[in-house]
Amino acid sequence: MYEFDFVRPATIAEAVQALAADEAQALGGGQTLLPTMKQRLAMPEALVSLTGIDELQGVCPDGEALAIGAATTHADVERATADSYPALAALAGQIGDPAVRNRGTIGGSLANNDPSACYPAAALASGATIVTHRREIAADEYFEGLFSTALEEDEIITHVRMPVPQAAAYEKFVQPASRFALVGVFVARFEDGVRVAVTGASEEGVFRWEEAEAALSQSFSADAIAGLSVDPDGMIADLHGSKAYRAHLVQVITKRAVQAAAA
Amino acid sequence: MPKDHDGKFTGIGASTKRREDIRFLTGTGNYTDDINLNGQAYVHFLRSDVAHGRLLSVDTAAAAAMPGVVRIFTGADFEGVGGLPCGWQVTDRFGEVMQEPAHPVLAQGKVRHVGDPIAAVVADSAEQARDAAEAIVVDIEALPAVINMKEAVQDGATKVHDDLTSNLCYDWGFVEENRDAVDQAIQNAAHVTTLELVNNRLVANPMEPRVAVGDFNRATGESTLYTTSQNPHVIRLLMGAFVLGIPEHKLRVVAPDVGGGFGSKIFHYAEEAFCTFAAKALNRAVKWTSSRSEAFISDAHGRDHVTKIELALDADNNFTALRTETYANMGAYLSTFAPSVPTWLHGTLMAGNYKTPLIYVNVKAVFTNTVAVDAYRGAGRPEATYQLERVIDKAARELGVDPLALRRQNFITEFPYATPVAVEYDTGDYHATVDKLEEIADLGGFAARRAASEAKGKLRGLGVNCYIEACGIAPSNLVGQLGARAGLYESATVRVNATGGIVVMTGSHSHGQGHETAFPQVIAEMIGIPEEMVEIEHGDTANTPMGMGTYGSRSLAVGGSAMVRATEKIIAKAKKIAAHILEASDADIELKDGQFSVAGTDKSLAWGDVTLAAYVPHNYPLEDIEPGLEETAFYDPANFTYPSGAYACEVEVDPDTGKVSIERFAAADDFGNIVNPMIVDGQVHGGIGQGIGQALMEGCIYDDNGQLLSASFMDYAMPRADDLPFYEVDHSCQTPCTHNPLGVKGCGEAGAIGTPPAVVNAVIDALQSAGKPVTHIDMPLSPARVWAAMNP
Ligand SMILES: Cc1cc2nc3c(=O)[nH]c(=O)nc-3n(C[C@H](O)[C@H](O)[C@H](O)COP(=O)(O)OP(=O)(O)OC[C@H]3O[C@@H](n4cnc5c(N)ncnc54)[C@H](O)[C@@H]3O)c2cc1C
Repeated sequence: MYEFDFVRPATIAEAVQALAADEAQALGGGQTLLPTMKQRLAMPEALVSLTGIDELQGVCPDGEALAIGAATTHADVERATADSYPALAALAGQIGDPAVRNRGTIGGSLANNDPSACYPAAALASGATIVTHRREIAADEYFEGLFSTALEEDEIITHVRMPVPQAAAYEKFVQPASRFALVGVFVARFEDGVRVAVTGASEEGVFRWEEAEAALSQSFSADAIAGLSVDPDGMIADLHGSKAYRAHLVQVITKRAVQAAAA
Repeated sequence: MPKDHDGKFTGIGASTKRREDIRFLTGTGNYTDDINLNGQAYVHFLRSDVAHGRLLSVDTAAAAAMPGVVRIFTGADFEGVGGLPCGWQVTDRFGEVMQEPAHPVLAQGKVRHVGDPIAAVVADSAEQARDAAEAIVVDIEALPAVINMKEAVQDGATKVHDDLTSNLCYDWGFVEENRDAVDQAIQNAAHVTTLELVNNRLVANPMEPRVAVGDFNRATGESTLYTTSQNPHVIRLLMGAFVLGIPEHKLRVVAPDVGGGFGSKIFHYAEEAFCTFAAKALNRAVKWTSSRSEAFISDAHGRDHVTKIELALDADNNFTALRTETYANMGAYLSTFAPSVPTWLHGTLMAGNYKTPLIYVNVKAVFTNTVAVDAYRGAGRPEATYQLERVIDKAARELGVDPLALRRQNFITEFPYATPVAVEYDTGDYHATVDKLEEIADLGGFAARRAASEAKGKLRGLGVNCYIEACGIAPSNLVGQLGARAGLYESATVRVNATGGIVVMTGSHSHGQGHETAFPQVIAEMIGIPEEMVEIEHGDTANTPMGMGTYGSRSLAVGGSAMVRATEKIIAKAKKIAAHILEASDADIELKDGQFSVAGTDKSLAWGDVTLAAYVPHNYPLEDIEPGLEETAFYDPANFTYPSGAYACEVEVDPDTGKVSIERFAAADDFGNIVNPMIVDGQVHGGIGQGIGQALMEGCIYDDNGQLLSASFMDYAMPRADDLPFYEVDHSCQTPCTHNPLGVKGCGEAGAIGTPPAVVNAVIDALQSAGKPVTHIDMPLSPARVWAAMNP
């Protein structure tokens, strides 16, 4: 790790100000950023911790949706949404290990947009709105590709507005080493249709499987997507699976998510 | 049977809780990284990020001026200093000795694998050293990376070492005289089963990464190395005599608590030599602590064999001949014992549990631009067992016979048994372990369990296998003939204190095995005193007799036997003292429950009275024996020991994803006599865990450019608790070793040897049960690989 300054502001305004400095970077739970810094692959001059800002903490109802503070840890999301949004709670409870869940935050995960991360699938399938200190961004506009989002430099996610579907489930098929998603599928059924978001699989990062959404909106059952498949071409190929394998898993895991959501 | 002392069982056979766990589990161990010396400096190694290249220049000027830098060393500083030696010389099938490349401490002229150290920056802090290392400017002319072994031995292939004639280290044939007879037998066989397979490259990944602290005392001229080693005496000899030219009396090597080794800490590494060298050059202690990332590219890897095996059977399904051809990856340099692993620790095991009369093993050891490969838990024996037990399973399927029945039919049943591959099994009862396995694995209930799995949409498979291994290595004169440049005896000094407590200084080394608990059980049994009266010291060349350390499941069989021999000398002397005091003849003195008594009388003396007399020799036979009670013994065994066993694994395969889950696992082992059953259970559990890791999860993968793709735990899959099942483990089948005083055989590697074939056989069984024509999948059987095999 290189040397850096560390500040832990108490308000969003102070954080925004601190982030205006050159090479300053927001720090959530540090579960992605700190390992990267230890490997000397990131070298911010200042870290602005967001975990001391009360406004960024916790989960509260927001109409039909939940407003989840960006600095809420995975463990807190798991506890706070166990009744209100069980599929989300289950997702949060499957991230990493207890240490990661007690430090890592939803805002950090969404800002990072790792192509194998779990929260992006939940946000996209739920039709979430990513709220920053400047603006609101619909999930459909937010995820732009591998580790890339609509966020501007120094833009802070303050909270995430997650509509709660009538039925939902997240099914995660883990990569054996990292236990991130080799393929993860979040299925959310709303009154006006079904949304299916797939993480881990695509070279473009999290994506909506629209063909499956259409079929499931007609009939919310695993059989409805039995004949569907995604094109292996855009899928990730690595040590842990070929393009064909990932494309196949997308279908299998989606079916399982639908079964779980329908149960 | 263990002795019952008021409901507390002690001595041989008792599951005494491991006394060392108090410090391991409460953070009070003393590991090498816990050692910090006054004024110590830190070293950071700048390592090559290309697999193969010519080192044109290393410019350290800017780096040397950075804050805190003490000195920067490069390969040039080690000209005239010895290279890292190889401890085993293999002679090839034409009678020529192997090709042995130089292995400089820091790269000279060329870099040969990702991770090869180019420069070493010594600085006041570890971070400063790392900062400065980034400022070193290295100019490397990249050369094509030699990765694929079969391509590496083609004519005209790029050479890893320019001064060798090729990338072939040796072409070994065993037993060479049998070559033609084996070819003939295979040609004339009623049935031949052929299998090509890969024994996947593994990274040992002990919990504690390697650490070295070098120190130098200008007043005495003595160098000290603290290091994470399984065998400090061997490091002292290799480093002192071959690398740095320091005589033993000026060199002390200390391996304190060591957090797991699994073979990877047997070898003498460049970082150890560097820290010792630099400490003397700088007159300042120098410390290196490996990061996990560094461990992946600098710890010796394991396995990495590519094999073709053929098994010939007659019309009655008797094995008539076996032929194997293996390419064994040595990596870029020869690690300390690398040449022995695919040869003498592998070829000699190819008979397995079977009376196959004709065997020929060919091994081509190949240099590649990868990290050196050496012994890893089992070392050669897992590779032998895997191919043999896989080919037998395949044969059973081809012939439509029960896999266990085919094995039973071909079992060796008479002992001692001289195999056609040069070893003599002293004891064993292979039918007994299979009988036991059938019972504990409930093989009879498999059909019902398969039906239940199928009802859930899962495929269920059963895999069985048997193994034999040679451990407790080994007789020095034999290994000397086979090319070892070291003896393989073990030593112990038993020091009895005046008030009767005992300290044993053993040449074995415990890095998790439990010597500190098990060894006292043996002495307690022999003398009849509480285990708590015995303490074990190990790991410091300054206070232990020259010993060869711990690997090859040798500690109890060889080191324990040395301790028994020394204790026998103690008892003999103590009896003389007792006889003198009791005014009897030594022949009439009996020692039982810590009491010396005169046979047929009520005259007796306690253990402590005799030990006190030895050090306060007022009433003492000074004209016959010296005062004091301390004895040393060196024990050189007459043979290897041959544990054996039978394993069964039941898996469920998810046909939609290819994911394998292990539902049941049973191991019936014959380890001969058992000193501490709980510790043996633990050794078997750990070995099975590593075996399952190899079979399903772990795989070290290089790309064509020699970049290590599985270079961290993000991509190298280590098994976790929830990947592993509960095990059914039994070691009640006991045919004691006939040639060591304890009758013990060694249990440390069995699990890692016996497990992979059981798992793979089970997966193949599961897939075939669903009509899939899959006959083999290379490890690790990851979901992706299993799915791909099912959907070609
Ligand atoms: C062992 C391990 C296992 C893991 N397993 C999983 C898994 O299974 N699934 C999964 O989804 N993830 C997994 N993760 C990642 C984990 O969820 C991280 O917590 C998460 O990706 C990042 O969150 P963080 O709060 O730690 O962010 P940090 O590491 O602090 O920051 C990550 C990035 O986000 C930025 N950032 C942080 N907060 C904000 C904000 N409010 N606004 C704008 N930018 C911000 C930072 O500047 C940085 O660029 C794992 C991590 C580890 C170490």
